[in-house]
Amino acid sequence: MGKLVEIRWHGRGGQGAKTAALLLADAAFNTGKFIQGFPEYGPERMGAPITAYNRISDDRITIHSNIYEPDYVVVVDETLLTSVDVTAGLKENGAIIVNTEKSPDQVKKYLKGYNGKVCTVDARKISEDALGRYFPNTPMLGAVVKVSGIMDEKEFLTDMKSSFAHKFATKPEVIEGNMKAIERSMQEVQGL
Amino acid sequence: MPIRERLSGNEAIAVAMRQINPDVVAAFPITPSTEIPQYFSQFVANGEVETEFVAVESEHSAMSACVGAQAAGGRTMTATSANGLALMWEVLYIAAAMKLPVTMACVNRALSGPLNIHNDHSDSMGARDSGWIQLYSENNQEAYDNMLQATRIGEHKDVMLPVMVCQDGFITSHAVENIELLEDDKIKAFVGEYKPEHYLMNPKEKIAVGPLDLPAHCFEHKREQAQSMINAKKVILDIAVEFEKLTGRKYDLFESYKLQDAEVAIVIINSTAGTAKTVVDKLREEGVKAGLLKIRVFRPFPSNEIADALRHVKVLAVMDKAEGFSAVGGPLNADIRAALYGNADGIKTVNYIYGLGGRDVRSDDIETVYRDLLEIQKTGKVGADYRYIGVRE
Repeated sequence: MGKLVEIRWHGRGGQGAKTAALLLADAAFNTGKFIQGFPEYGPERMGAPITAYNRISDDRITIHSNIYEPDYVVVVDETLLTSVDVTAGLKENGAIIVNTEKSPDQVKKYLKGYNGKVCTVDARKISEDALGRYFPNTPMLGAVVKVSGIMDEKEFLTDMKSSFAHKFATKPEVIEGNMKAIERSMQEVQGL
Repeated sequence: MPIRERLSGNEAIAVAMRQINPDVVAAFPITPSTEIPQYFSQFVANGEVETEFVAVESEHSAMSACVGAQAAGGRTMTATSANGLALMWEVLYIAAAMKLPVTMACVNRALSGPLNIHNDHSDSMGARDSGWIQLYSENNQEAYDNMLQATRIGEHKDVMLPVMVCQDGFITSHAVENIELLEDDKIKAFVGEYKPEHYLMNPKEKIAVGPLDLPAHCFEHKREQAQSMINAKKVILDIAVEFEKLTGRKYDLFESYKLQDAEVAIVIINSTAGTAKTVVDKLREEGVKAGLLKIRVFRPFPSNEIADALRHVKVLAVMDKAEGFSAVGGPLNADIRAALYGNADGIKTVNYIYGLGGRDVRSDDIETVYRDLLEIQKTGKVGADYRYIGVRE
């Protein structure tokens, strides 16, 4: 790879976008990369729009600003499409990944003429099927790994399994559901 | 073998504190440094350290408790930001005058008002005359490494001064990045035991601490205190050499990045130095002789060394993330200009105030500064030498 990959996450407070950014940083770190994972802190309220960022590289990362020209944008909550300029600065050779039941073509009209790759995944359905509750962040994490190809998929899945085993040591019953959510999302993401 | 990890800047500081295992930590929570005592109190609860954790009711009490514990003979630490540091103010000066090597993690945040939780350097810059040694950190690794060296520097018999380890609030304190940690036993051996020469709990020596000091002796005591700060420079360098042997990571009074043959350069502190390095690299690819000087040690101020490092530069920008309200520029600018005056004259110098109250500093902003310097070099005209970058006017 060699080059720096920059990812911007758009979500709403409480949906786990910051956690997803940190999980992605963790997974990339575990495959030997240099990483950054950081949220943009603002008013921290449930439901308020929040932004989080990832930088992933084979080389040490020294830049310490927010990301203005991301390679990938992940939209965890589709209601943000009409209120936040989610494609701002997004590279045309990159991609946007939206959590929605809509198809990429249906989503395109909200994207202000963005000409790059548009991907969609129904993280709500996947999460509700696999976990019985709505936690969109793990399916979105699977989708971004699939779309961006920033790490080997098998290595990613192995790493996620061990980090869930650690994270959910006291409630092992959710490990399988989370893994299923990630795997399904990687299979079902549209627009590749 | 160093331990490959990924931690936020606050986690890095808390881990360093766990490894140092101080006798006393007294702290009061304030964003963005809150996580430091939070993580550390978990280490206390888990029995991973033997530290007495004092959950005080204010920062004034936190620093007072640190002074008491350090005077008693204990190794003492705290963490704070912005208004927390401001509330410690009078006790900061007392800790320094009493020659008590307390260590503080200062997570830089804009001092109110207006009320703001984000990063700039107005908190620690205001404390620059308090008699504390100040070390600044570009990233989580430097925050960790500075914290490990801080106790050694402060506790050295030629110094005996409190040390503040600063890093940028949120930008590095809350960003998870790669870091190399050292094993606990190596830190323990490096830091060693705190053995103060004079302390209150010593039954063999009765001493007075903090008595009234009138004109007969006060001046001599301030002179001695100033000497400690003068002595600190050599101690900081000696400990950096020892630290390099242990870790392979080299520290100095400041870092010179592509500065040796630079014609245009900036002087900068903390995380934006990392952003600026990417700009220097880009400009170098275009054939521009750009360089950077990043301050690590702000107190004591390495005046002569900085003048030597900048002597050959044609045009210089001093970057201040604090508005000193002197109406002629920021605090770093004043010290850099004083360092150059009569020592390295003729360098065209401009001051930029940037990033106040957490305004994000983009690489484009830094590139604009370098382009301005190139324009000054081309035309020979400095124009306004006290400027702002990234502000809407």
